[in-house]
Amino acid sequence: MPIPPAIYGLFPDPDSAERGMNALNRAGISPRRIVVMSAEPFDGYSFTQMDERTPMPWLAPMGGLVGGILGFLLARLTQEAYPYPLITGGMPLLAAWPTGIITYECTMLGAVLATVATLLISTKLPNWKPKLYDPEVSHGKILIGVLDPSDAARPEIENRLRGAGAEKVKIIGVSPAS
Amino acid sequence: MATKTPEQINDDLLRPLSGISGRYALSAALLAGVAVAAFCAFFYQAYTGLGVSGLRWPVFWGFYITNFVFWIGLSHAGTLISAILRLSNATWRRPVTRCAEVITVFALSIGAMFPIIHLGRPWLAFWLFPYPSERRIWPNIHSPLLWDFFAINTYLIASVTFLLLPIIPDMALVRDRAAGLRKKIYRALALGWTGTPKQWHRLETAMHVMAIVVIPVAVSVHSIVSWDFAMAPVPMWHSTIFAPYFVCGAIFSGIAALLLAMALLRKFLHLEEYLLPIHFENLGKLLLVMSVLWFYFIFAERLTTWYGNSVGEMPVFWATQHGSYAPLFWTMMFCNFLIPVPILAIRKLRSITGTAIASFTIVIGMWLERFLIIVPSLSHKYLTYSWGTYRPTWVEITITAGTFSGLALLYMIFSKVVPIISIWELKVGLRQVPHSARIIVEPKEVGAD
Repeated sequence: MPIPPAIYGLFPDPDSAERGMNALNRAGISPRRIVVMSAEPFDGYSFTQMDERTPMPWLAPMGGLVGGILGFLLARLTQEAYPYPLITGGMPLLAAWPTGIITYECTMLGAVLATVATLLISTKLPNWKPKLYDPEVSHGKILIGVLDPSDAARPEIENRLRGAGAEKVKIIGVSPAS
Repeated sequence: MATKTPEQINDDLLRPLSGISGRYALSAALLAGVAVAAFCAFFYQAYTGLGVSGLRWPVFWGFYITNFVFWIGLSHAGTLISAILRLSNATWRRPVTRCAEVITVFALSIGAMFPIIHLGRPWLAFWLFPYPSERRIWPNIHSPLLWDFFAINTYLIASVTFLLLPIIPDMALVRDRAAGLRKKIYRALALGWTGTPKQWHRLETAMHVMAIVVIPVAVSVHSIVSWDFAMAPVPMWHSTIFAPYFVCGAIFSGIAALLLAMALLRKFLHLEEYLLPIHFENLGKLLLVMSVLWFYFIFAERLTTWYGNSVGEMPVFWATQHGSYAPLFWTMMFCNFLIPVPILAIRKLRSITGTAIASFTIVIGMWLERFLIIVPSLSHKYLTYSWGTYRPTWVEITITAGTFSGLALLYMIFSKVVPIISIWELKVGLRQVPHSARIIVEPKEVGAD
């Protein structure tokens, strides 16, 4: 899959990146077409306040619930399985305390696995397909850009990104003739 | 460190990943040699039989189970401490967490091997797995050994995840600087990470959820290990204090191992600007608290036993106080309390060297503590006809030495493959320093505060 056409600026610090983001918003660019990348999370800046809603804090307990039920069933059914029931001399076949331990551990395991699964699925990782990225991001630059810009809007976006403080503005996936 | 730019931080922390010095190669070869010797000893035991060990009636739990408890305890260095520091938002934790989490994963893996080594017939270890089989034998849910299976595996999966998730962004960092085959490998390990706000937000949320989950798991693991003993009617084992006593000991030995690892990393990877005296100072205070708490537990246990004056328990008690195990017991007291407490309590002595010395004695002391919980009780059971002795053979000693070398070797290899300090978390921490010190990440031409 080819990399989609894009225009982006590389900003040296979060304050200029914030200005770049505001400039794109003022230009009427749809937030869905704006792309941001950084080598670290910048909490408290508007350019990072996108896609913040996640069901992860709810899915983890749900995963725990499923794990706990499976753990309980495992503990219970193994004690009652063929060729059981065992002769226990009047002692309870399904002992609450040991079953509780297995249920507890499986609950926690379910929560862990649900958390990891939610992370990987929601961030679409792993994904080794070619995509928009600039290695300068890992050198501390913040990438702010627009996916699939129209020919008419490109000069204005470029000007706005430069005006906001972008050190470099790059255009990819668009032939120079277009 | 406060004046470092992101690029300088990248350079400093990625430097250990490039190239291998002669000293590194020699150390790795020595450690690998001991580990290989341990493998040979293990295969010799598996081929010849468990009789080559010193395990004889009535002491069937010796070095192997001591090592099992010790390594599982040591594993509390990382994930538990890291999770607590994350949840309490201790900003100084950032250079420390990965060093700690790595210990957990390796120590737990090594610890989990010991029940299999101890089996004598390791090829039957799968009998512990809960799955229907043609043997028509399900594992016994009532057995603490099966609880171990569930607890250790849950903790291992949680710890591996807790370690690996924050490594992904750092793998992307290495990917962007590598070339050739290394680039391909790190590209695969980075999983396609680009650092979008969505990825960062999900990662941070996941780490927060994991930190909440992993603390009760860690506590449960060493509680369950203690119940391997406390569920048995053996003198000085059948005690309600065992679970918190074991958890305390585990955190105690874990912090000591972490401090020791940090001191070595600081020296050999030249991380003096990142692993600062404040980290040793803070962890040293924590170690002091745990030392006192450990003493409180052992005092409470000993006092209750002595006051109870039970016919079954007093021979074990006296064997450790002034009998054949007394030298080990008093060495343990010196190593775990009498030596580290003054070092850690006096501020001048709580230096990097001081905390490393205290940690070293504690690691030795905690191994002795595990040994003294197991062997004296088994060699002094209720009836005198069942009293006996235990003497480890070269096989057990070699395997024990091999696991220590193995951990050190794994740690060395890991620090050559992955940045041992979480780079992105460190940068976030630097931005969170007080306003007056915010001179760090913004390049000069834009203007620093």
